[in-house]
Amino acid sequence: MSDAGDGPRIGADEWVARSGERAEARGGIVGRLRELYERVPKPAVFAFFVAVGALVPLLTAQTDNDIYFLRVGTVALVFALLALGLNVAVGFAGLLDLGYIAYYGIGAYGYAFLSSDKHGVHWGAWLVIPLVVTASALIGLLLALPSRRLVGDYLAIVTLFFGQIFYVIATQGYRISFLGLNKDLGFDRANWDLTGGPNGIANVDRIGAFGLTASSERAYFYITLVAVVVVFAGLTLANRSRTGRAWRALNDDMLAAQAMSMPVNWLKLLAVAVGAAVAALAGTINAALLQGAFPDDYNTQVLIIIYAMVILGGAGSLAGAVLGAVLVSVLMLEGLRPQTPIGDLTGNGRWVFYAAILLVLVATIRPLRRLAAILGGIAVFGVLVHTIVAATTARGTDGLLNTGPETFEEGGPLGWLVRNWLALPGGTYEVGSRTWFNIALVGLIALMLCVTLVKGWVRDALIVPAVWLAGFVWETRLVIEASGPTRLLLLGVMLIVVMVARPQGLLGRPRVEIV
Amino acid sequence: MKALQLVGYFQDFQLTWDYFFDQLVAGLALGSLYGLIAIGYSMVYGILKLLNFAHGEVFMIGSYIGFFVLTWLGGAADPSLPIAIVIGLMFVAAMLGAGLLGVVIERFAYRPLREKRAGRIAPLISALGVSFFLQQLAVICFGSAPKQYDSFSFDAGSLFTSVTIGPFEIQYMQLFVIVTTICLMVALTIFIARTQVGRAMRATSFDLEAASMMGIDVDRVIVVTFLLGSALAGAAGVMNGLIFQNVDGYVGFQVGLIAFTAAVVGGIGSIPGAMLGGLAIGLGRAFSIGYVSSSYQDVIVFAILIAFLLLRPSGLFGTPAPQKV
Repeated sequence: MSDAGDGPRIGADEWVARSGERAEARGGIVGRLRELYERVPKPAVFAFFVAVGALVPLLTAQTDNDIYFLRVGTVALVFALLALGLNVAVGFAGLLDLGYIAYYGIGAYGYAFLSSDKHGVHWGAWLVIPLVVTASALIGLLLALPSRRLVGDYLAIVTLFFGQIFYVIATQGYRISFLGLNKDLGFDRANWDLTGGPNGIANVDRIGAFGLTASSERAYFYITLVAVVVVFAGLTLANRSRTGRAWRALNDDMLAAQAMSMPVNWLKLLAVAVGAAVAALAGTINAALLQGAFPDDYNTQVLIIIYAMVILGGAGSLAGAVLGAVLVSVLMLEGLRPQTPIGDLTGNGRWVFYAAILLVLVATIRPLRRLAAILGGIAVFGVLVHTIVAATTARGTDGLLNTGPETFEEGGPLGWLVRNWLALPGGTYEVGSRTWFNIALVGLIALMLCVTLVKGWVRDALIVPAVWLAGFVWETRLVIEASGPTRLLLLGVMLIVVMVARPQGLLGRPRVEIV
Repeated sequence: MKALQLVGYFQDFQLTWDYFFDQLVAGLALGSLYGLIAIGYSMVYGILKLLNFAHGEVFMIGSYIGFFVLTWLGGAADPSLPIAIVIGLMFVAAMLGAGLLGVVIERFAYRPLREKRAGRIAPLISALGVSFFLQQLAVICFGSAPKQYDSFSFDAGSLFTSVTIGPFEIQYMQLFVIVTTICLMVALTIFIARTQVGRAMRATSFDLEAASMMGIDVDRVIVVTFLLGSALAGAAGVMNGLIFQNVDGYVGFQVGLIAFTAAVVGGIGSIPGAMLGGLAIGLGRAFSIGYVSSSYQDVIVFAILIAFLLLRPSGLFGTPAPQKV
């Protein structure tokens, strides 16, 4: 086998067997570093990352900004927990569980039911959390029970509808009337309010036990961190156990696993139930953190975000799931959110976009000479377009976002960039100028698609206007909508690009299909 | 006492045959719409074994294209051409645009994965990505407020007046939707049954590898499949706009999910099954809105679906596939 990259994947067992060899054969600095890293025992690596995580809150003070940073960290950890749970069903057992979000919601609503004024129950968290987690695992088991015979896509369909049903019940469950018989059944109102409907349940109790109540941001960071560490360690052990091996066997070839007398149905149920338990744990923490349970935190969009995390990190890899969760939630969800200390509309948030483009270019274009040519081309192209537009039209270059023009007057390097490289037509935020944005966006998409089709210098030449157009659409509109549609738009793009470029995700192992 | 109350509860509804027929007709119109979209899911699944989650978004874009053609021709209240031509142009443009979009999606989001032999989950995630992307793209480009088709204004509302056929009282709009659907179905059936490409499609969906060994250009067949399925979704998009008056970026996900349910009920992979499944779901929805509750219609539909799947996992027309070893 001379060239592994293009080598035939038919008769794949040999190819798989040699994958370790190929990885070792990597020379240069990268190869040596990798070798060093491989020698460090895995628990030490784990402990190192946990220690780093535990130190984060100590670096923060009690100012508003720092509390916000800490909150971002806590949310990232909650997502890490969710990604870990989803990884059991999707990554280990290969079951496409699209109802996963419901278990997250069940955790949050379960916690809210049992410790808030909504139904007048205030049980302690030490009781509620284990109760809700167990209940969620049982519900997962129950829901998976009838669908255990369904394979692959049909399982995805049925679970998707479970997720949808949960959302409908959460949003509509504030006016339940048992055929108009509420009064006779002992309810005091004609419409029984279970879930609070679209407004959700507010004023949920904080987590507390033994007379202590966790009320500070730091406390929640540590609670979540401990949960992540415990779940991570537990799942690592589970993955190495008999059950874990059986899950992976199931993922590779269900029929073969069955022939080896593995209890296929039970293994599936178990994977769903374990995932459900972890999701419910994340839900309880989230409800206590937000002091409420709101239906829109548990809808399909969030499900797709969690999927993006697991898939980006690499399905089947626990470290990948955590990495994906942290990357997506910090960079994409928080980094792009304007008017926050991280994603300041006039400052950092904007840069994330340009930094990402630069990173992608640096990472994908070789050799250095070519990269330099493209970067130079981009700079020259922008300045050229700017000069032409400035010379030919009256207001072609004085368009700035309505975030206050003073930002760009001084503006630092970014202001300079906007003033001299991009050409934004005047009054960008007016209705009429949306036309320019739409044209540029369609042009950008067309260019990007063309870039994937052609090779060689044509490709390089197309990248130049594409980057400029990306800057244009970013500055004219995307940055304004960054808190909502833009983040999700970029998430969608990321899912497609990652799947096309690296179907196994960042830390996942390439899966070889049996031909 | 309680029994009396129950009767009182149900008396809120008009338990008359007229009311029943109204629901029936509404369900048929809705069902043919869902059926048209479901066919796209089913055709793609039949050949690629891929749940094309982006299909609902193709439908949504088709609906937008119809809206823009309508606006370009002067709007419903004051069209610059006769109504029949305006509606015809809306359909043609939406079908062409949506068909093209489907082909582009296939070329750039699914084919590279197929060439890499990436398994089953990767294309599905890619499809979710496309769905997300198109949805948010529509929200960003066209705004988050729904665009008004305003089809009540066509010819001073004559499209929504009723004609009586036997016991049925049908709005012209519903009649139009049902007839158009039947025409499209007949055309599709003839195409698949009689033409060379149609035969190639059937062969490919029967066994992709064997078909490619018999000299069928599988990639081309897949392109045609996406083109046809997406064009039908585009037509459904215009119908949806005409019936429900408006379109927004999120309509694709909701309707797509229901159509997808329809495809599953009919036995995913089967074209007549998809149409029949669409009718079943449309009727189910109409009756649950009419007789039970409008806020739980989706729950009822999904509950039917889940029960159905568990009793008959391969759908109405699906054949249980024997697993190959």
